[in-house]
Amino acid sequence: MKSSRTVGSRIVNFLGSMNLAITLLVVLAIASVLGTVLQQNQPYTSYEIKFGKFWFEAFRSLGLYDVYSAVWFLLILGFLVLSTTTCVVRNTPGMLKELTRFREGVKEKSLRLMKQSEAMHSKQSVDDIQTLVKRVLKAENFRFREKSEKENGQYTVLAAMKGGSNRWGYWLTHIGIIVICLGGLFDSRLPMMFAEWQGEVIPETRNVPASEVPDVSTLSSANFSYRGSVDIPEGRRANIVFLPVRDGYLVQRLPYEVEVKEFRVEHYSTGQPKSFESDLVIHDPDLEAPLEETISVNHPLLYKGTAIYQANFGDGGSEIKMKLHPFVNQYATQEMTGNVFKEYNLTNGDRKFRLELENFRLFNINPIKNDDGEEEQKNLGPSFIFRLRNAAGEAIEYTNYMAPVTLDGRQYILSGVQVSPSDPQRFLHIPADNKGSVGLFMKFLKNLQDTALVRKVSIDTTVESMQGAKLNDDAVQNQVVESMVRLTQLFVTTGFDGISEDIAARFPEDKRASVSEAFMKVLQASLRAVYLETLRQEGKPEADERDWLFYDDSMSAIANLPFYGSPWYIQMTGFTQIEASGLQITRSPGKNIVYFGSTMLIIGVFLLFYVSHRRIWVYLKPQDDGQTEIILAGSANRNEDEFKKYFQRLQLAFRQTLSDGGK
Amino acid sequence: MSVQQNALDKNTLDDFIDKPNLLQKLGIFDWVWALLVTVGAAFVFTQYAAHMDVYEQGILILSVPSLIAFGWSWRPMQSLTLVVTVLSLLGIWLYGGNYGNAESSFGLRFLVSSQSAVMWMSALFVLSTVFYFAGLIAGSEFIEKTASAMSWTAITMGFVGLMVRWYESYLIDPEFGHIPVSNLYEVFILFCLITGLLYMYYEGRYKNRSMGGFVLLVISAAVAFLLWYGFSRGADEIQPLVPALKSYWMKIHVPANFVGYGAFALSAMVSVAYLLKDSALKRNPDGLMARRLPSLEMMDDLSYKSIALGFAFFTIATILGAMWAAEAWGGYWSWDPKETWALIVWLNYAAWLHFRFSKGWRGTHMAWWAIAGLFITLFAFIGVNMFLSGLHSYGEL
Repeated sequence: MKSSRTVGSRIVNFLGSMNLAITLLVVLAIASVLGTVLQQNQPYTSYEIKFGKFWFEAFRSLGLYDVYSAVWFLLILGFLVLSTTTCVVRNTPGMLKELTRFREGVKEKSLRLMKQSEAMHSKQSVDDIQTLVKRVLKAENFRFREKSEKENGQYTVLAAMKGGSNRWGYWLTHIGIIVICLGGLFDSRLPMMFAEWQGEVIPETRNVPASEVPDVSTLSSANFSYRGSVDIPEGRRANIVFLPVRDGYLVQRLPYEVEVKEFRVEHYSTGQPKSFESDLVIHDPDLEAPLEETISVNHPLLYKGTAIYQANFGDGGSEIKMKLHPFVNQYATQEMTGNVFKEYNLTNGDRKFRLELENFRLFNINPIKNDDGEEEQKNLGPSFIFRLRNAAGEAIEYTNYMAPVTLDGRQYILSGVQVSPSDPQRFLHIPADNKGSVGLFMKFLKNLQDTALVRKVSIDTTVESMQGAKLNDDAVQNQVVESMVRLTQLFVTTGFDGISEDIAARFPEDKRASVSEAFMKVLQASLRAVYLETLRQEGKPEADERDWLFYDDSMSAIANLPFYGSPWYIQMTGFTQIEASGLQITRSPGKNIVYFGSTMLIIGVFLLFYVSHRRIWVYLKPQDDGQTEIILAGSANRNEDEFKKYFQRLQLAFRQTLSDGGK
Repeated sequence: MSVQQNALDKNTLDDFIDKPNLLQKLGIFDWVWALLVTVGAAFVFTQYAAHMDVYEQGILILSVPSLIAFGWSWRPMQSLTLVVTVLSLLGIWLYGGNYGNAESSFGLRFLVSSQSAVMWMSALFVLSTVFYFAGLIAGSEFIEKTASAMSWTAITMGFVGLMVRWYESYLIDPEFGHIPVSNLYEVFILFCLITGLLYMYYEGRYKNRSMGGFVLLVISAAVAFLLWYGFSRGADEIQPLVPALKSYWMKIHVPANFVGYGAFALSAMVSVAYLLKDSALKRNPDGLMARRLPSLEMMDDLSYKSIALGFAFFTIATILGAMWAAEAWGGYWSWDPKETWALIVWLNYAAWLHFRFSKGWRGTHMAWWAIAGLFITLFAFIGVNMFLSGLHSYGEL
């Protein structure tokens, strides 16, 4: 029994020790740094890309992707609370003694040994001095006790103190911290983590509609505390929120349904957003009529113990009208309508694709170089983002802008291409015709693929130029025409790279340079001829400088087409925007407990720093000659310098008033 | 002993018994000043209450007794508020509702437009630093007094700059209007002012000017950053508030935080002086630093007091921040990098204070720790904005 008590007291000693407390404070600080250095709760795939397989797994097992929910982190916090509690329990009896006892039984000797201690003689009697001293102590707001000893060695002690609330400071700060942590515990995910550990709850990792999420990944609306988010399109409602858990999520049911009637972004005169707000309607059988309320950032709606916040916004499934311009002339232009977040099957000949509409943006504020070469924030207008997934499941992401963008005085239709998330976005610049559309470019492209037309214009040009050179050789003419047609086809399907490969395959290395030069001349002649023909078809007999710039831009666009990856240019011809409001809905019953603890902490800190527990003793001992010996002593547990000055003033006053017989 | 002498000495027990209470200690000027503060606030309330929400009205009303209590307990505050008010009103009067006057009016262009006032503040703080050090080295009280006067003028001009900037934000566009503590540029001004005020308070209290250069060094560094940030990034331009900052909480959370930052900076700089004196004493007790710098005990005490003050206000600021977060971000604690670093700063000073209170540690170790504390604080203040991303990204570099 005795040994167990010593073990127990040893544990208590350890837990309540100042060394442990300070160590825990420092360890907690260092552990907290970890979670800020490594960005928390990112998609697990991005961690894997960043760290590689081995370190990804190692960090995952240490819980580094969600440090503040990791068991070891919670253990540190738990230890800190335990240590603080032990400290409070151990110190409380001593503090109570300090607070309640005046220590009137103090020995004369110990008074003389105090840091602040003065002895003096007075001609006045003990009673007179006592009366005066009591008045002084009262005026100085001291509480005091007196003790008179009549037996062996007569004396009287006045024991006074004030500022005991400093001790309250100790309790308020330390208990405040415990209360804050307990409040935090109420709002923590600890019960959920426990249920997960028990296998009662399993986070969902698939990307499926909420209705298909199994019960084991769904939490009831009676759940004590939660903090989740949900995107609700305008005009729709939801009765759930999603709680992110590591690389998955849980579905949390709400005790009501929340409908987003309208979402608005208000702007300043500069175009910067001024406020985000949603008109909400709460549907609840407990309500007589649906509750309508507008929320905005900093102004949440409190309902049924939950709070609904305006957290963000996004697309809510906007309707997009599209026109698919095939780059290969044998297919027809198609028109279709789709909604963001939906997927559509497309075919291009025997190739099958899946069109995944990802997002719609009404504004695209981007830095664009203006005429003076300075970067300026400009709105590029509406765009939509989609993915085109081929039969093999590989997808490329495109960002297509609706309106042409002016760069260096020329207009382009922009299409951003991103093959994988880690790649930079690259742009295809399709020159826009004077209607601001891709029409002319597409027509030119189609003409280039029209072998009959290419042959016809090639013959015309060849004949013309041979006549100009006074040559007449059918064999040469045919050969030139054939290579014009062939090179044009090769260029349109494979770009400049295809031509280089063709040359490399057919000619020895020493001849390639000269062949390549010749081929380029032939190709140029053919392309220009087709371009002029295209212009003629558009009713323009002559090409001016602008037309040739258009031609140059078309060339670079065509040269890039083999890398574009999509068999169409998908043009957005119209849209109906539907926005979604991103709501965060929380239930945190511990909040008021935390605030209560915080108030305790603040009051405690001020008491602890700015109130000093001061004690004064006045020891009066009658002497044989009728005089009185006075010992004035004092102590303070804070701000000793200040107390020293005070004590000096006090003892001087004692001397001046008493020791010279009260002159 | 004559009655007169008695009164001067204040040293008999009767003086303890009949000591005047706080109200009796106040002079006529104290009352006039308090009246001016009240009347001024009442005027503001009647003019603008309709444009404030109930919390902002509450803040305005509570700021009256707070300011009066502050001014009564520290008299220089009274003169400061009066001069700042007069100069700010001058600026507002010169603007006359037209922002374009900033360029055309001489008084605005060279004195009281927020830009000019901040430039005056910057120049004077730097000059004052030089003068404090010159005074310390030359042992000249006159130079040190000049340095003090410069610092006071710098503080005055800084506050005028903030006040006029507040007005300017409404002049540019009434919808832009907000208290100028909303971005890194503005809070750096606030940091200079609060650190300066804290130093002036302790300078007066300890009646010692020899540490001025050290403290002003950190203010000068802030000024250097401010100027770079303004000139190279155009950060001085008044921007409208992002929706998350449109809240009355900003008026209390930010200033409370900067009392904390300022006090921590002050304690670190005093600790630098402490370490200098300590090593000077060991090398040559008759040397310049050893003789001229205040006693080690005094600097140790000041460093502690400053950390205690900073800790108290930092605690308040962090709790206010948590309450604001609960209203804006949906939770009082999200382990956002800014929140987490605030906690780290808090834990660091909590550990420091525990060492001091329960182990009685003093001296060089604690001085080094106080200096390290400034770097942790600095990271929480600027580093988080520079290197980490999170919800609290209002002052990005």
